Amino acid sequence: MSGGIRFDSVTVAYDGNVVLDSLDLTVEPGEVMALLGPSGSGKTTALRAVAGFVRPASGRVFLGGRDVTDLPPYRRGIGMVVQQYALFPHMRVEENVAFGLKAQKVARGEIRERVALALEMTGMAAYARRRPRELSGGQQQRVAIARALAIRPDVLLLDEPLSALDARLRSDMLAELARLHRELPDVTILYVTHDQVEALTLGDRIAVMDRARLRACGTPRELYRAPADEFTASFLGGANLLPVTVGEEGVFLGGRRIKVSGEAPGAAATLCVRPHLVGLGDGPNQLAGTVSEIQWRGSTHRLCVDVDGNRVMADVRELKDPPAHGDSVTLHFAPEDAVLLAAGVTDD
Amino acid sequence: MTRRLLWTVPPVAVLTLLFLYPLALVLQQSVQPDTGGTSLQPYADVFASEAFRHALWTTVWLALASTVGCLVLGFALALVIAFVPFPGAKAVARFIDVYLSFPSFLITLALLFIYGTTGIIGSFQFLTTPWGVLLAEITYFTPFVVRPLLAAFSQLDTAQLEAASSLGARPWRVVRRVILPEALPALAAGGSLVLVLCLNEFGIVLFTGAKGVTTLPMLVYSKAILESDYPGACVVAVVNVLISVGLYGLYRVVSRRAGA
Repeated sequence: MSGGIRFDSVTVAYDGNVVLDSLDLTVEPGEVMALLGPSGSGKTTALRAVAGFVRPASGRVFLGGRDVTDLPPYRRGIGMVVQQYALFPHMRVEENVAFGLKAQKVARGEIRERVALALEMTGMAAYARRRPRELSGGQQQRVAIARALAIRPDVLLLDEPLSALDARLRSDMLAELARLHRELPDVTILYVTHDQVEALTLGDRIAVMDRARLRACGTPRELYRAPADEFTASFLGGANLLPVTVGEEGVFLGGRRIKVSGEAPGAAATLCVRPHLVGLGDGPNQLAGTVSEIQWRGSTHRLCVDVDGNRVMADVRELKDPPAHGDSVTLHFAPEDAVLLAAGVTDD
Repeated sequence: MTRRLLWTVPPVAVLTLLFLYPLALVLQQSVQPDTGGTSLQPYADVFASEAFRHALWTTVWLALASTVGCLVLGFALALVIAFVPFPGAKAVARFIDVYLSFPSFLITLALLFIYGTTGIIGSFQFLTTPWGVLLAEITYFTPFVVRPLLAAFSQLDTAQLEAASSLGARPWRVVRRVILPEALPALAAGGSLVLVLCLNEFGIVLFTGAKGVTTLPMLVYSKAILESDYPGACVVAVVNVLISVGLYGLYRVVSRRAGA
């Protein structure tokens, strides 16, 4: 099998500062792995270790089963797309796309063919003779993608590729990337992002990173439905995290008994419920409180309710007659929509 | 409108008094032979002389060779300073700024101390040949190329270099295809500056004591001071000015066409 990335205890440090701490991660051939995390979490460092721009202090990086840790970037045959496009400004679009093929001494006729194909795939064929500065941000990013794809890499590294684009364009490009991956199912993609929507949309699996460490790894559905820890829960999708105690008689939030399907990790646990799964009014697992904040978001209302000193967020369908600040309300959630996490694994 | 026009008076006045008037005097002198009257005879005399033609040739080839040398050496130095992370790279870059303020004869003196007849390394005769002048000029003028190059390199997005190498380009290809094209405006600026400065260089040629090396500025000096041939000196000076201004014009045309 070609492609595939494997990190084997990869540690990267700058001047004694560990920015990537013993990362073990395998990306299967043809898989899209989203590396998700806040800035400074080590996700970009992990990507740069695959590209060959940072040297691990220890550990090995494998590409398609081959140890590439000691190879210079130009011998790894990897496609890379970065946030700021990094097109060569003095070259036309077609020359940019041909750059990698020329560097790899591809025959002239074939270069023309493959450049045309790559521009076709990214919808930039009409712009072949333009210069990068004559293109919009989204068009430049398409050219950068075409340039990376032209060398037919087994592995494509995408480092926050949509972060420089505005929101509307971002969702178009997201769909575009998904389409490209359907057309090129053999290409392994490592997709670094801080945006959970991008990670959920594109990732076959998501690796959540925080403070130089891998926190959790799994399919989007797994991580979203049953996050491994509080950090993953709140970073991926946002969550109500409520401290509960677990005893013989069941799970208690404050003095209230809560019904939760699933195992409890210990005596002290954190109850995790997604805001959109919390309803207004009576139902199972009722919580009474006062409204501390209300935000109208068009199709939904977000209510922040103070329940015995805990802040509970609920996203509900737009209300005709929304409660006001200070009103008493009742919230509820279904037992199967809640998950119990080990308490206090995150130290913040 | 009149107020704005008033503001043009001071610069024009200063320019005229300090620059244009003396230049006009030189021009005037150059068409007034010692025999009296006004004629182009001094020009004919100078152009006919073997010494002038020799000096013109020496000036041009020395300036061209120095410029090429400075460009090659300066590009290499700037590459190392900008892209090879070594301790003290910043200090070196700062030293280059200081170096630009040194007088040109100083570097020649330094070369004399090292290579001259009573020098540290020993007596190399080449310092008094054109090659000595060439060495001194390259040594002195290279920083004039390095400076704008470093400024250009600091603007260069390192992501471009990384993109190039991830696409399979070896370092040499990255230099040739990515860095060099973006450095062209800076090379043109530095190179043309060095070319003009070399054409007019006087101190270095004088201090190397190269007897066989007579450049146009040297010729002006020897005609005016040693031979008291003022019309002749002025003719050479006019030629020198014309070459400089011509080169500058050429540089402007070329740089505009390059889109710089």
